[in-house]
Amino acid sequence: MPAIELKNISNFICRNISLRISDGELMVLLGPTGAGKTTLLNIVSGLIEYEGSILFDGVSIDKIPVNRRSVGYLLQDLALFPHLDVASNITYGLKIQKRRVYEIKARLDEMLDLMNIPDLARRYPKDLSGGEKQRVALARALAPSPQVLLLDEPMSNLDPLTKETILDEFKSIQRKTGITTIYVTHDQDEALYLGDRASVLNKGKIEQIEASDKLFYHPKTEFVARFVGAKNILKARIIKIKQHEAIVYINNECLVQPFKIRVKRYPIFEKGKEISLCIHPEKIILKKVNEAVGNNLNRIRGKIVNRRSNGKTLKATIDIGGTEIHAAIPKALFDFKIHENVWVCFAPDAPHPLCGKRCRAAEASRRCLNLG
Amino acid sequence: MKRIKAAYSLIPVFIFLLIWEMAARLELIPGHFFFPPFTAVVQEFYHLTANGVLPANFLRSLARVLIGFTTGSIAGLLMGILMGYKETINKTFHPIFSLLYPIPALGWLPILMLWFGISEMLPIMIIFICSFFPVLYNTVTGIKTVDKNFIKVAKTLGASERKILSTILLPLALTNIFTGLRLEAGMAWRVIIAAEMVAIPTGIGALLMRAESLIRIDIVIVCLMVLSVMCLSFERFFIYMEHKLTGKWR
Repeated sequence: MPAIELKNISNFICRNISLRISDGELMVLLGPTGAGKTTLLNIVSGLIEYEGSILFDGVSIDKIPVNRRSVGYLLQDLALFPHLDVASNITYGLKIQKRRVYEIKARLDEMLDLMNIPDLARRYPKDLSGGEKQRVALARALAPSPQVLLLDEPMSNLDPLTKETILDEFKSIQRKTGITTIYVTHDQDEALYLGDRASVLNKGKIEQIEASDKLFYHPKTEFVARFVGAKNILKARIIKIKQHEAIVYINNECLVQPFKIRVKRYPIFEKGKEISLCIHPEKIILKKVNEAVGNNLNRIRGKIVNRRSNGKTLKATIDIGGTEIHAAIPKALFDFKIHENVWVCFAPDAPHPLCGKRCRAAEASRRCLNLG
Repeated sequence: MKRIKAAYSLIPVFIFLLIWEMAARLELIPGHFFFPPFTAVVQEFYHLTANGVLPANFLRSLARVLIGFTTGSIAGLLMGILMGYKETINKTFHPIFSLLYPIPALGWLPILMLWFGISEMLPIMIIFICSFFPVLYNTVTGIKTVDKNFIKVAKTLGASERKILSTILLPLALTNIFTGLRLEAGMAWRVIIAAEMVAIPTGIGALLMRAESLIRIDIVIVCLMVLSVMCLSFERFFIYMEHKLTGKWR
């Protein structure tokens, strides 16, 4: 399977996108609606025009029309041909390629087995469940043995349980076939689970490319931080740098009274420098005001202004003197009432500096990742 | 179960015929001279069939409908495919057809009489025109309303434009095409009868006009019943074909 390289890809949405995806890699494209994710897939498949260059294993495919690019494309609505039964849907591409009848039969059986749907061959799409449709659509995309697989939010219409099962199966099929894959989603859990690496797109530009797990815990820009759920962004000025820690002055505009916190020392820290820090809501600990707080933790006094249940966690919003901090606390540990005064606590290594544009440069990126 | 349902639907028809028969026999309707009983109509139907008048006129009308309807539908289908598939052709012809479509089929009668005279071409052309436009517009709509994602997927699976047309667009447009055919199949019979009544000396319509001039209400009703059965049969035939071709997946 080929490595894919996008070089300065631009069109009416995408702006100068450059991206390299290794042979057999599963790259997740993340981003909000309108960021250009689907457009980028349409570009790679050759469905829409673009400027720049796309290379498969170093060979340009810009002049190759869509029907000869050897790309399997799974659309968000799956687009199973309603007038063809499952077998005909899966073998559509093979018949177009004019493969021999026995080859088509063999490949159909292989796909039905791979997707675990051997008894669905004669059913029509209208008679399939969401999960079955998903499997058929994936089988149809894979049947002609494409070089590259593109998936556009394929799980968005599935219930959580089916989604989990299909994701498991898809991951194992992708590993088994070793097909180079671009997977578009706005679901962070999918991205974390599936991707080797993930790219975050915003307004047609790539904000950050990173190993999936690192992307979530070390966002480099405010946009990525907010997108991956690290809602707490604090503007800070470094006032003192120690051996392992730094003292920073939090001075968000809305704060009535700025305060100091201790932060783990990062290589980009310089005394007097203005930085942005993000803290994942999961890293926030809430304590009662009369409860002792360990010296190793930062603590800020605040008042719970909102809380809502989200499955096993409770998401609380705490006012810390003009600005809001978001915390995600396991339900079992949440023993606070709304409007209750609390200590907002977090360890010095919880805040993570957003490196901004500087981090996009390779050198800065390395420094950010190797976190002092 | 289906047969039982069909039998149930015949009951109101039998009741209607019974009331008709009794009303005519008991002279319950004023002017009963113009209201023959159902059995008299059946008797006249048998008489007209036996002496060959009805079959001869019916076959004339049937041939005109079949030729006009088939050629009109095929032309409408081909033009519809071209207009539905190629936007440039659609843009070129749509304004012209938009102007011609609202003209009722019988409105063409005077001009066609001058062009073709009183000949077989006249009713055939009227049926052609009557069939062409609905099939054309239903085909264009059918093709244009196919989900663009199907085309996208077919392209990525390697299909050429022509393959997409034959394997995706046309099969998915069938429902619309059959709607056009079904509506026009009945309309073709209505139009041919009207044309024959006005301008053609042979066919069911002409027979109907002759019977009217002779004040033979029983023959008039026979002609109307033949028309009704043919309209219904043609429409049912296309419903059956549509179901046969698209029923499995719709």
